[in-house]
Amino acid sequence: MAAINVSLRRKVRQNLTAHGFLIGAVLCFGYFSWYPMVREIVMSFQRTRRGRTTWVGLDNLDHILQDPAFWQAWRNTLLFTVLALLFGFAVPFLVAILLNELRHARSYLRILVYLPVMMPPVASVLLFKYFYDPGHGLFNHLLAALHLPTSAWLNSPDTAMVSVVIAATWMNMGGATLIYLAALQGIPGELYEAAELDGAGLLRRIWYVTVPQTRLILSLLLLLQIVATMQVFVEPYLLTGGNGPQGSTLTVVHLIYQYAFNFNNYGSASALGLVMLLLLAGFSGLYVRLSRNAD
Amino acid sequence: MNTDLFLHRSVALAAAAGLALSVAACSGSASGSGSSKDGAGSSVSATLDPAAKVTISIDCEPPVTKTAERKQWAEDIAAFNRLYPNVTINSKDASPCEEPAPFTAQLKGRTQTDVFYTYFTDLGQVLDEGQAEDITPYVNETTVPALKDIDPSVLATLKADGKLYGLPTSNYRMGLLYNRKLFTRAGLDPDKPPATWDEVRAAARKLAALGNGVNGYGDYSATNQGGWHYTAELYGLGGAMVSEDGKKAAFNTPEGRQVLQNLYDMRWTDNSMGATQGLKWPDLMTRMASDKLGMYVGAPDDITYMVQTLKGNYADYGMGPMPGGKSALLGGNDYMFKKGSSPDQIKAGIAWINFKYLTLGKGQFDYARTKADNLPVGLPQPFFFTGASLAGDNRAKAASATVPVQNYAPYLATSVPGRTEPANAQQIYKVLDNPVSAVLTDRNANVSKLLSDAETQVNQVLASLQ
Repeated sequence: MAAINVSLRRKVRQNLTAHGFLIGAVLCFGYFSWYPMVREIVMSFQRTRRGRTTWVGLDNLDHILQDPAFWQAWRNTLLFTVLALLFGFAVPFLVAILLNELRHARSYLRILVYLPVMMPPVASVLLFKYFYDPGHGLFNHLLAALHLPTSAWLNSPDTAMVSVVIAATWMNMGGATLIYLAALQGIPGELYEAAELDGAGLLRRIWYVTVPQTRLILSLLLLLQIVATMQVFVEPYLLTGGNGPQGSTLTVVHLIYQYAFNFNNYGSASALGLVMLLLLAGFSGLYVRLSRNAD
Repeated sequence: MNTDLFLHRSVALAAAAGLALSVAACSGSASGSGSSKDGAGSSVSATLDPAAKVTISIDCEPPVTKTAERKQWAEDIAAFNRLYPNVTINSKDASPCEEPAPFTAQLKGRTQTDVFYTYFTDLGQVLDEGQAEDITPYVNETTVPALKDIDPSVLATLKADGKLYGLPTSNYRMGLLYNRKLFTRAGLDPDKPPATWDEVRAAARKLAALGNGVNGYGDYSATNQGGWHYTAELYGLGGAMVSEDGKKAAFNTPEGRQVLQNLYDMRWTDNSMGATQGLKWPDLMTRMASDKLGMYVGAPDDITYMVQTLKGNYADYGMGPMPGGKSALLGGNDYMFKKGSSPDQIKAGIAWINFKYLTLGKGQFDYARTKADNLPVGLPQPFFFTGASLAGDNRAKAASATVPVQNYAPYLATSVPGRTEPANAQQIYKVLDNPVSAVLTDRNANVSKLLSDAETQVNQVLASLQ
């Protein structure tokens, strides 16, 4: 009997500690994550003037829809997302395949690929600003040396977003490559051996073994990347001040930031945040559905 | 990966979308320093009762890295406390004194100090949040003896509906900053800076001809600063940004087009502005301090930044009046008083501001001390006094000058009336960034269409604010 009591007391004590931690986590999460979200939803239907907060219905939504910057920001964000997927999804995948195929020096190359991730984003951005300088930048010097036409890079509305994507891809490639590499290494070696015995070259092995075996994880990562890239802020903000030439790099999150912190218009900022939240929630739903299939 | 993990991640990612704008919602409830409630001497018409025990919190104390300024702050508080021993000042250091995003969040959360630092352009925002006390009944020639000599256009920036909400501590009037060393090298007279845009353009061509990456003229075109400088240059030509009633854009005029055309011509016809555009603060200062830029529109405190932070030399920089000379954009900073402050707190705050920032020979105007502390004396700033106070200030400044004041003679000799920024300036500036960046980055830019589009957008912005 005494032994049971001791065991029960111990269990209670253990559970109390666990619940203590749990309550702390739930409180923190609730206060810092969920409460702001609820406040955001409330504020998207409110306006504050001269210290008085009033309910304005859908006026804030109407205001952001009237703002020419709204559609421009969405166009830019979608362009960034498409370009980031073209560069940021394909390039790390190809690099991962190459690393996976290598027999020698794989570890060193893996470190080299991952190195840019360790550099603080601000330092990377400064580096690229020097590279992109149309007057004296490294890229234009290289192009000129190769007798190729130079570019205005961040200084032209036509090339600013592509330049941002290239920099962002370089900055984030290491992490994505490692994830793809882990997925590739999960493919049983026998499949490649069988393909090799059947006379399949590198491209055929990739097409008939690698791609089918990683299709699901690739589609999940693709969705994750869409959700992440649609929230892009840091790279355009640091490289072009947020707007870029003629607003060519203005993104939705930057517009939210402008409404809130430049214009003190929390209602419009919240309304735009809500629009984005709903859109990304749709993508997240798709993600959850796919992940169920993965299980 | 299991489903739960996916779910958690997706929820977290979705949550992140709204997080950026929801931060302010985390802020706590209103906080106040320990302060006396209305007690002895709380009548608004009276000056601060020396017997009243008051505690006020004030921001913008110089940070520990600014050793001399910090020491002066402590000395001034000690001296103030000899006059008002019952006032306790709780200082909060900051550098910079105000950053827009945290300031906005502070207002939203009512966590600013009792006496808080703002820019002239913040009044509308502070009033929208209901966060400033009307100090009109407390400010008179007894509490602020130099009041009659403060430039009315400066005080006007701190008024709304006839009520006064703040007291100025510093201000500037924009002009043309130039690199005297490059002027000499280009064969230009460093004592005669250009006064018109035609002269600016001609000088810029000569400066750019120096080569080696030197640009004749530079301008901002990002982070709303393109619109800010557009406004300054438009004012110089006599134009206006918005109509008298503030309801319509007023910049689509010959003057407005001239501002963009000047920039276009210097960038593409003369090639005197260089290929790197999209500049934002402090890019122009960095370029001038490294002798790669000849001229730009700026304020006198840019010189301090170029010398103290970028290690330039005072002797290398000069300042002339705003090209065009019709009027010059003015700006600056001030202190306001938190809503809910007691009368004694407001009186104590005004007494401190008067002591530290508005009394000749004291606080920021103690030039002998400033000189002894190796800080610059002689820059044409602050610039809010007129009449006898201005004359007295100029005499005191000249007696302790540590910088070459003759370099700013062209700026001081030409009287250009000050003009404040338009209401809701940042939203208008954001729109104007586009045409400015367009003429600097697009050889095929159509000035008239750019300005016409900007006018439509600004009218939309103004309509939404009615």
